[in-house]
Amino acid sequence: MSALGFGEGARRLPIGQKLRQITWGLVLLIAATAGIGFAMLYSAANGSIDPWAWRQMLRFGIGLVVMCVIALIDIRIWLRYAYALYGVGLVLLIATEIMGVTGMGAQRWVDLWLIQIQPSEVMKIALVLALARYFHGLTPEETRRPVMLVAPALLVLTPAALVLRQPDLGTALLLMVVGGTLFFLAGVRLWLFGAAIAAAVAAVPIGWQFLRAYQKERVFTFLNPERDPLGAGYHILQSKIALGSGGLFGKGFLAGTQSHLNFLPEKQTDFIFTMLAEEFGLIGAVGLIGLYALILIYGIAISLRATSQFGRLVAMGLTTTFFVYAFINIAMVTGLIPVVGVPLPLVSYGGTALMTLMISFGILIGVYVHRDIPLPRRGAAGG
Amino acid sequence: MPNRDRERTRIFTRRSVLLAGGQFALLSTLVGRLYYLQVVQADRYAMLADENRINLRLLPPPRGRIFDRMGEPLAINRLNYRVVLVSEQADSVEKTLDALGRIIPVSERDRARVLREIHRKRGFVPITVRENLDWSEVSRVEVNAPDLPGVMIDVGQTRDYPLGAVLGHVVGYVAPVSEKDLTGDPLLELPDFRIGKSGIEKVYDMALRGSAGNSQVEVNAYGRVIRELAREEGRPGDDLTLTIDAGLQRFVVDRLGEESASVVVLDVHTGEVMAMASNPAYDPNAFNRGLSSAEWKALVHNPRKPLTNKTIAGQYPPGSTFKMVVALAALEAGVVTPEHRVFCTGSIKLGDRVFHDWKRGGHGDVDMLTAIQQSCDIYFYDIAKRVGIDRIAAMARRFGLGAPTGIDLTGERGGLVPDRDWKLGRFGVSWQQGETLVVGIGQGYLLATPLQLAVMTARIANGGKAVVPRLLRGRDAPPAPAPESMGLSREALAAVAEGMNRVTNTRRGTAYRARIAEPELAMAGKTGTAQVRRISKSERLKGVIKNKDRPWEERDHALFVAFAPVRQPRYAVVAMVEHGGSGSRAAAPIARDVLRETERRDPSRRGGPDKVAGRAGDDEA
Repeated sequence: MSALGFGEGARRLPIGQKLRQITWGLVLLIAATAGIGFAMLYSAANGSIDPWAWRQMLRFGIGLVVMCVIALIDIRIWLRYAYALYGVGLVLLIATEIMGVTGMGAQRWVDLWLIQIQPSEVMKIALVLALARYFHGLTPEETRRPVMLVAPALLVLTPAALVLRQPDLGTALLLMVVGGTLFFLAGVRLWLFGAAIAAAVAAVPIGWQFLRAYQKERVFTFLNPERDPLGAGYHILQSKIALGSGGLFGKGFLAGTQSHLNFLPEKQTDFIFTMLAEEFGLIGAVGLIGLYALILIYGIAISLRATSQFGRLVAMGLTTTFFVYAFINIAMVTGLIPVVGVPLPLVSYGGTALMTLMISFGILIGVYVHRDIPLPRRGAAGG
Repeated sequence: MPNRDRERTRIFTRRSVLLAGGQFALLSTLVGRLYYLQVVQADRYAMLADENRINLRLLPPPRGRIFDRMGEPLAINRLNYRVVLVSEQADSVEKTLDALGRIIPVSERDRARVLREIHRKRGFVPITVRENLDWSEVSRVEVNAPDLPGVMIDVGQTRDYPLGAVLGHVVGYVAPVSEKDLTGDPLLELPDFRIGKSGIEKVYDMALRGSAGNSQVEVNAYGRVIRELAREEGRPGDDLTLTIDAGLQRFVVDRLGEESASVVVLDVHTGEVMAMASNPAYDPNAFNRGLSSAEWKALVHNPRKPLTNKTIAGQYPPGSTFKMVVALAALEAGVVTPEHRVFCTGSIKLGDRVFHDWKRGGHGDVDMLTAIQQSCDIYFYDIAKRVGIDRIAAMARRFGLGAPTGIDLTGERGGLVPDRDWKLGRFGVSWQQGETLVVGIGQGYLLATPLQLAVMTARIANGGKAVVPRLLRGRDAPPAPAPESMGLSREALAAVAEGMNRVTNTRRGTAYRARIAEPELAMAGKTGTAQVRRISKSERLKGVIKNKDRPWEERDHALFVAFAPVRQPRYAVVAMVEHGGSGSRAAAPIARDVLRETERRDPSRRGGPDKVAGRAGDDEA
């Protein structure tokens, strides 16, 4: 197929052929993971499809369609509009800052006609696309020149700073981690990472002053969970009790005492993994992690199969985003890292996160579908 | 350009593998962490989870009941119907209370309290609106239940004393646990728990209390009970049977009427207390219910002291009822014989002090029996002076005076038997002979409780056996050891008893008017009139003011001790009327009536109704 080069034929793959190219194995894994989510939401409602499970199913159904449609979008479109999308994301973030609706103690939502969208969700995808496009356009020599890294660094830090102001530490960190990952994959020299990390460590005492009281509290609680067992440490303690008491085989579906007796907070969202581990034990928990690992393998394989730098970076960036979410959530509920309000991808209840995820998977699959379409390094399209 | 692309691909691939390796390493960390939590620490967390969800609830045991010797209930547990409100089930607490108020009376106070508690307690915790509903109120609430969302009838147990004030001082009462009662027993921390605060309820509280059961319930994070997992029933408290005869007790209380008085009836052989009354009394049910501050003030400030059990906590000079002890002290010491005679002129001189007889002009030539019969003071001044205070005090103590009798009630006081050592220790002054004379007629420092006097009388009547009073009877009580002999000479006791017989059964006896005419029921007794204040020389010169002309608090205490039947003594009685005037007029008739009623009710006289009552006469031994 690579022989097609810049040929018009390559630009216009027939729909049927594209559909056949969709990685249905990955779709199956995604559906299986979401299915576990439905079961846990059913259990979280004490054995009722209401109020969470059926809504989540509906959203997932819509998400699946959206994912397939997006998978068919030509990768050149993404390349062409990468900066534009990033610009939209940035404008939305600034708009949030100015007129955003305060929800859950943070200005994270912006009202857009009929739907409320979370600009930070848009930015999660747009940042990956924009950085991928930037590095796509650089030669390896250029990539080694620190001067060339000023622009992409700004691409990362600007939205991260805006998100941090909302304040949403979790998303800000995610943007930085994913941005850093793309720098790494693009071939930025390693000593620069060393320097960046050293600078970040040096900045910690300064950054500490900008943290909100509840964020400081979370760090303190992480460092010593027994400090206040009925306050901030309560959630993590109860989560660990639920996990530990689940044991190897769990207490059985719908039989998790910690979760059903409400000792476990937010069991349908951030702590849904705990509930799974309580009811299905280590077997169930490792099973879900296994599914995540398989999805991860798919993502990595797609990125390695892509022929364009843009495609590779986008695929790896989105896969890493997915990984970071899963890891942070599970590490949080098992008490490895401080409490960060991050949902468990594909499993936690919540429409916005799910939709962002399905769009990401759509783009990821799209990278595979269009893996052999060659993209010029420069002048792909007028940005 | 392809070269460059190849290099780029190489870098990307290498770094992707590194990144993927890092990601899988992190996922492995998660698996390791889960293994640690779910396998290594599983037991610890399983225990913590159970601690979270399993709540141990105490099941209070039903309190043991108390019966009289015939099996009549004195303290029982009554079902207490309460109307409670569960606020989360009520649409509007205020409206529901309004609706309830139209069906049964709900006071403003209760209403305000409920509204206050609603805010403090969780929505599913029932809050008591009113207690002790009667049947018609219960049925009215039940019938209207559909219109009263959140309102329920709840049944608890409450202590009930059917005899009320009649036996209040003996049975005592239960009341909510106060801070200082807490011993660490979790039962005491139950909100509705009551413990014995006085009387039998207090002394035998542990036996009556029983032991708590428990119920393991599963609760959720908010403390709501989801279900019961296991249940262990407690042991109900022991039932107690008292020696009291409730019928006799009622008779005694009726007989005392409005007097501020005390009466004890003892079985002279076993020490069983058949009746014990202290007037005025209080209703123990009121304490269980909770007294209003006005009711409490009325009880505390009543000059007749309804809260004091005068029988065991009231200390009075025994007056002439003490003369038997003085006589026995003198006889036992061998300083006199019953034939010892004294010529009573109405007064004697000791140094420069003159000691008077109660009767102006005196009793003439009297021997011991006559002296008891007519309560001649001069005779007892004489023999008291001969025997001396220390031997009188020793004899008084042998008869149970000067120390608590050990009856199973709270708040008993020991009275006072003075002697030389006591006075030296108390005042640092040596004993004066004049004081011996005063003690010889039961006055001075000498103090005794009515129960002590009853014990003293019983010991004279039973032939000198050191009987001890007791209130517990039947299966649950330890068998009473047969009272030991006090080692007194038969002749001396017989002489004193005969003197007492003459008090009531001979024409010149001080209580002849209060005799029991039926020979087989006849009683022997001794009057006593205890001065509340000294009669000064000037008053005596003007002529002693009659009791009825003095204010109530200054009148003499009237006392009478007696036993019956004279020939085969079975019962001892003490009647004490505070500020009642003379013993012969105020106390003797009461003692007479009580004794006759006691004898009339005696089961052995009616062909052993002990068996009719279904109980072995285990007190007859």
